[in-house]
Formats: sequence, structure tokens, C-alpha cells
Amino acid sequence: MSHKAHIPIGPYHPLQEEPEFYKLVVEGEKVVDVDVRIGWNHRGIEKLSEAKTFDQSIFIVERICGICSSSHPITCVQALEDLGGIKVPDRALYIRSIVQELERLHSHMLWAGLAGHFLGYNTVFMWGWKYREPICDIMETVTGNRQNYAMLKVGGVRRDIEKEHVPYILTRLDEFTRHLDMLRGAVLDDPVLHARLKGVGVLTKERAIDYAALGPTARASGVDIDVRRDHPYAAYDRVKWKVITQPEGDVFAKMVVRIMEMYESVSIIRQCLDKMPAGPIDSNPKDIPPGEGIGQAEAPRGECFHYIKSDGSNSPVRHKVRAPTYMNFPTFRETVIGQTVSDATIILAAIDPCYCCTERMLIVDKDDKDLFDIQELIRLSQEKTLKLKEKMGFK
Amino acid sequence: MKIDDILSDIRNKFGSKVIKAEKKNEKRAYVDIYPKDIVLLTKYMFKELGLRFAIATAVDDFDAIEVLYHFAEDASGFVVSLRAIIKEKEDPHIDTITGVTRSAWWIEREMHELFGIHFDGNTDLRPLLLPDDWPTGVYPLRKNFIVPKRDSRKA
Repeated sequence: MSHKAHIPIGPYHPLQEEPEFYKLVVEGEKVVDVDVRIGWNHRGIEKLSEAKTFDQSIFIVERICGICSSSHPITCVQALEDLGGIKVPDRALYIRSIVQELERLHSHMLWAGLAGHFLGYNTVFMWGWKYREPICDIMETVTGNRQNYAMLKVGGVRRDIEKEHVPYILTRLDEFTRHLDMLRGAVLDDPVLHARLKGVGVLTKERAIDYAALGPTARASGVDIDVRRDHPYAAYDRVKWKVITQPEGDVFAKMVVRIMEMYESVSIIRQCLDKMPAGPIDSNPKDIPPGEGIGQAEAPRGECFHYIKSDGSNSPVRHKVRAPTYMNFPTFRETVIGQTVSDATIILAAIDPCYCCTERMLIVDKDDKDLFDIQELIRLSQEKTLKLKEKMGFK
Repeated sequence: MKIDDILSDIRNKFGSKVIKAEKKNEKRAYVDIYPKDIVLLTKYMFKELGLRFAIATAVDDFDAIEVLYHFAEDASGFVVSLRAIIKEKEDPHIDTITGVTRSAWWIEREMHELFGIHFDGNTDLRPLLLPDDWPTGVYPLRKNFIVPKRDSRKA
């Protein structure tokens, strides 16, 4: 006799604009269906932005997400620049690229750490968070803030990178790269992780395209897209770097893509610092004319998309914000069905939503009685890794 | 494929179905269409040309509701937006495109609750963002929706 139990996951998730609630339906260990519901932290940013001036809109979208707090502003200013045909000085373009890549580094590092924790690799968790510190220090030097950088404005950036800061930035990047080498070795050469993550939560290329998945989620399924290369902005078309793709579509592929992308980001930052021309950092545009504009930027999780319509006044008539996770989340349904409960945490983590959601994870049976909470689920996941280790002779 | 090629292709292929097709700049184009042709055009953009569905935006334009479907072309790097203009603002209807691409699943639910647009053929239009006790018939992103003042004396 089959017994279907329901597992509610969520809903609270205070860091991103997309808190979510999952209801997993399980039969024994196997996930047979999942329903997703979001909206618990819906703050009405789009409506709010219509009541603000354009400068304030940039300020507001910076607060959408704490981790990618420069991806939304850059998308927003690019939408406004597209709307008004506003030119940006070269130096500002390079600075934009540097800030974007620093943000990607610290975001991917966070992800690696948390993925490690879910798998029972708590050393990786500690490393990830510790070795992201140099990046936050560089951010503080460049922008004045560890988070919420307030660097972007229509027509340029707000702060210049001082010449005397460059050697410091390069030293800290060296330090970061050394640790990154160590992390890559520890993670990608680990036979247990290969056994644990390969073939888990596979998103096929066809499905990734149908769901219009973005960023590392799509690239790990062999979809070769990256806004930085395909729709060049900032200074990405002036430096050499490559888009990392993997054909497999499983959790391991997503991990490989993120780790290898960090090397590309470091390389982009070095080249930008080297090539950055002297000159103004702001073209000081005065007005936003009537019209409509679209902005795109590659956030750490994929393409960020803003649409802004203006009637010539000083606030937008419509400001549409689409974060990458909005497109990536529905793929969770494709990847988790047929997998075991102990893999559900890492499959969800692999699309890199914010993790607070899983803190609220809870399993109940069909009489709504609690079976497991999040600690229990993480323990299940870690236990599976441990068993695998024993089986493979690592103790 | 170049942006001009796609625009002339659309004009040739769909003729009178296209109200206006114009290029804003080298990276952006807007094509105005009638709502009844949206599935046809989406099939052409998504399936035939293989463009990526970026997102859809609904706009309350005072005398009509506009729905923009943004399609990104990642090989040459531009965005073509289909603009379906729905004149019946009181009860706007348009066909669903979820039959063509699953990626429109969430955004149709969102536009349904925030703008009151009915996507004919979409069976899953449950609320996505608003709370379960949100009153029916109140659409917060419409221009006639006034954000209620919060009384600071209440907790």
C-alpha cells in the first residue's frame, strides 16, 4: 500500500525577494510531487518604485537582495541608460565590471560553503565563509561598504578606484586565489563528493531551455548563455574570459560551474584593473526622457531583467523587476521528482536560492504531524555522505 | 540572426497581424500585435527562432492594458518585445502561452493577481505573491489602486 506524506518547506526567507513554500509529496523515501508557493516576503518593490524618483528607485532595488546588491542597481541603471540613450564614460564601465565580479566571487563562495554544510562537509562551510572575507575587505576598500555598495548611478558610478588601492586589491586577490585552489582541490578531487552528487537532480538541456533557466543553473545543463558575453555591458567585451559550461545538468555540474567561474571572475578583475583608462567616472545626465528601456545584467544566479517605462516626469510609470531565481525556481520541480528526501536539500541548494528558506523546512505526515524539521533533514543528508564514505573505505 | 532580419521576417510572415514593428536601437525592438495572435507569435519566436523567453511585463496604460513579452536573442545580443494591447480594461483576456513554454508558468499567475488579466487556457492561476486573504477584484499594480496609509498608532 502506498502512503503519500506531505512535506511543507518554508515559507520564511527574509534575504531575497522570493521567499517560498514548498510542499513535497513523498512516498517512502521518494519525492513524487512538489508544489511551490512564494510571496511571504512580497514587499511591492514594483509599486513602490512607481512612487519614487529615478534616483530613489536605484536605491530601492539595491535593497531587494542582500547578496547581489549591485546586480539589481546595475540592471536598473542600464534600463534607464537604454531608455534615454545615455552614454557612460569608459572608466566607469571598468569599475562597474570590477564591482560585479567581486560580488559574484563572494556569492559563489557563500554557495560553496553552504553546499558543503548540507553535505556534511563542515570544513568546507568554514572555509567558504572565511575565505570570502578578503572579497568583502576589497569591497569595503573600493566602495566603502561590505554590502549595499551604493556604487551605481545613471551615467556612471559614484566612487572612483584610487590608484593607491590597486596593490592592496591585487594582494588580497592573490590570497583569495590561493584559498580557491585549495577549495577546488578539496571539493572537485573528492571521490565521495563525486559519488554523492553525480547524477543527482539532473536538469536536462531541453528542460532548461523550456523553463528558460538562467545562469549557472542553465550553464550546468549545457545551455551556453551568459549575459556578460551575449549582451555585452560594462567592460566585459574588452577583457578576455570564457563562459563555463558543463553538459551533465546534475548537482555536481552546478558545483563545477560555480567554482570554475570564480577563476574567470578573478581574471576579469585583474584585467580590468590593468586596462582601466583614466578619465571621468560620470557623464552627469540631467533628465530621463519619455520612453521605455530594458536592462539586463548577469547576477551571480543568472540574468537580472528590468523594464522601465517613463512618461517624462521624474518617476517611472512602470518598473518591472525580474530576478534570476524567478526563472530557476520552477526547474526545482523537474529535478526533485523521483529523487530521495535526503537529496532534496542539496538539489534545492544547487539552484542557489537563499538558504533561509530551508531553515524552515519541516516534514509532516498526512495528519499534519511533524516528522522532521530542518536539522533532521540536514542530518539525513549528512548521514548519507557518511555512509557513502564508509562504503568507499574513507573513515 | 540580426535584429533587422527578425523584424522584416515578422512583417512579411504576419502582415496585417502586426500593428507596428519598430527598432528602438541596435539592441531593442518592439512589435505591437493584437492579443488574439499572441500564441501564434510566441510559437514563432520561441520554437521557430529559438529565442529565450526572458519575462513578460504588464503595464496599466490608463486606457488599455499592455502585456509585453520580452524575448532575448543570445547569439547576436538583442531583445525583441511583443506588445499585446488589450483594450477591454474592465475584463482583460488573452490566451495563455504556457502551452508553448513552461517558463511563462509563474509570470501569468503573477499578472493575473496583480493586474487582473485572465489567461484563457491556463488552469493554474492560483495566487503567487499576494496573501490568501487578499480581496478578489483588487489589483494592486493597476493605476487606480491607492496604497492604503499605514496607521502608525496601531501595532
